[in-house]
Amino acid sequence: MSADRLSLDIALTRKTFSLKVREDVALAGVTAVFGPSGSGKTTLLRAIAGLETGGEGRISFGETVWQDSAAGVFVPAHKRAVAYVFQDARLFSHLDVRGNLDFAAKRALQAGRIPDTDAAIAAFGIGELLERHAVSLSGGESRRVALARAVLSCPDLMLLDEPLNGLDRAARRKILPFLKSLAEHSGCPVLYVSHDLEEVAALASSIVVMEAGRVLANGPVAEIGRSLDLGPLSEGAEPASLIEAKVTRIDSDSGLMALEAGGETLLLPTVPWAREAEKLRLFIDARDVAIAVERPGPMSIRNVLPARVGRIVSSDTAADALVDLSIGGELIRAQITRHALSELHLETGQEVFALMKSVRLAGDFR
Amino acid sequence: MPDLGPVLLSLHLAAVTTVILLVIGVPLAYWLATTKARLKPVVEAVTALPLVLPPTVIGFYLLILMNPSAPLGSAWVSLTGGTLSFSFAALVFASAIYSLPFMVQPLQSAFEAVGRGPMEAAATLRASRLDAVWNVLLPQSARGILTACVLTFAHTIGEFGVVLMVGGNIPERTRVISIAIYEHVESVEYTEAHILSAGLLIFSFVTLVGVYALNRSYRLRVS
Repeated sequence: MSADRLSLDIALTRKTFSLKVREDVALAGVTAVFGPSGSGKTTLLRAIAGLETGGEGRISFGETVWQDSAAGVFVPAHKRAVAYVFQDARLFSHLDVRGNLDFAAKRALQAGRIPDTDAAIAAFGIGELLERHAVSLSGGESRRVALARAVLSCPDLMLLDEPLNGLDRAARRKILPFLKSLAEHSGCPVLYVSHDLEEVAALASSIVVMEAGRVLANGPVAEIGRSLDLGPLSEGAEPASLIEAKVTRIDSDSGLMALEAGGETLLLPTVPWAREAEKLRLFIDARDVAIAVERPGPMSIRNVLPARVGRIVSSDTAADALVDLSIGGELIRAQITRHALSELHLETGQEVFALMKSVRLAGDFR
Repeated sequence: MPDLGPVLLSLHLAAVTTVILLVIGVPLAYWLATTKARLKPVVEAVTALPLVLPPTVIGFYLLILMNPSAPLGSAWVSLTGGTLSFSFAALVFASAIYSLPFMVQPLQSAFEAVGRGPMEAAATLRASRLDAVWNVLLPQSARGILTACVLTFAHTIGEFGVVLMVGGNIPERTRVISIAIYEHVESVEYTEAHILSAGLLIFSFVTLVGVYALNRSYRLRVS
């Protein structure tokens, strides 16, 4: 997969909001654009696609200049080799599913690309839907058709605006594998807008973090996740931690696998796609982490790891406090009551044990 | 049995007017539906004027414009050799102006209902503006286009005042159905007046029922 560069230097002002981004983004595989709603993610994506005409500045993709206000250049959306998957899918309501796919494939052919309709139909599992009218599809079905349609446009850059938004967990779980393989099927880099940290963790290799119309950070997910506290930016989400762990052993008898993170071992129910020596991203809800000042006796919880207390965040108005725990350099956050915090006399730097009641694989929406 | 000439003339006039207004109305309505120009309310007001003005006002100004000494009238004379006023062309010209809102307003509503979404989706799938209008906007506005054409056609058939002023009452050339009815009544030929009037009444009623049924089933489908 080629590593393309997206150079952004744009400013856009609205009545209640301004976007100012000056950033070089290295694109390979899936790059997440992450931030709370209203942070300008969608506006940025629309500017890249050429759907926002009000912006000033310069946008270039690889060697191609898409916008250069100083030189009076603005390449219209249909001449930028991008495909855009909208939050609401935006299938053409006057066409059936096949008509929607053909709309994209026909114009890709005219542009000298080689769309493979059969492969896209197979890749997104929409063979059964071809004769269905676009308006009769369920939310999950229409997203899959929209993704296939975007692939058939044979873009050089794929732009996805929260394609899982508004879907229930079952539908999300069904679509996620398709999104994972999207970069592969489209053969082009993907920019993926999301306000859901778990989605980002499951899909993206790098991340652009946005807040209030500005870019806060931009780089590989694991790196940014360690240096920047992404939790508070994840909208409406309960506090959670995201760590990367390496599969060291898969035991099919017990149905468990062992993973190594920060020099410690975690036990998790195994999944069919886990491979030894592979790195997986783990999601641990802060509410599922308890703290013991001494190593507890025999108990059902499997994952009990020595940890060092880091930052403690508590306020007089909330019943709960957040405690950062460092496990061999990996950050795990625990949510405990303020009552427990004062009774245990927890202090920064103290050695404790972290009891993790549940650890799940990122994006395994179960 | 009354002479069927006026009926055929009315149908001919309505068909020509509808086709001309469709060609003018689609770009005008598209512009009105998408523009952010300050001029928009002015253009909308001009488009809606025929709805509120008495036909005599429009007819009066059109007569002045079509006079062979006026710019439009003289241009017509040098182009075709004949005078514009009191010709079939004058009727078409007047009808196109008088029925303009009946074409433009339903089209504009239909285009606005489709909105920017599908057009943007088309643009990101490599479709040029024209391509997107032709292959996305117009098909998605099909019911609105049909409504606009039916209303324009029916309204042109039903007009009287403007037609009388710019066309007069020349058999086979400008005597349309509404004028024929007027003349039958004036001449106390009530049987003929009844036949034509009842025919027009039934035609208009059926047309309107069709339009409302079309729009009703459309709303149901969308929701």
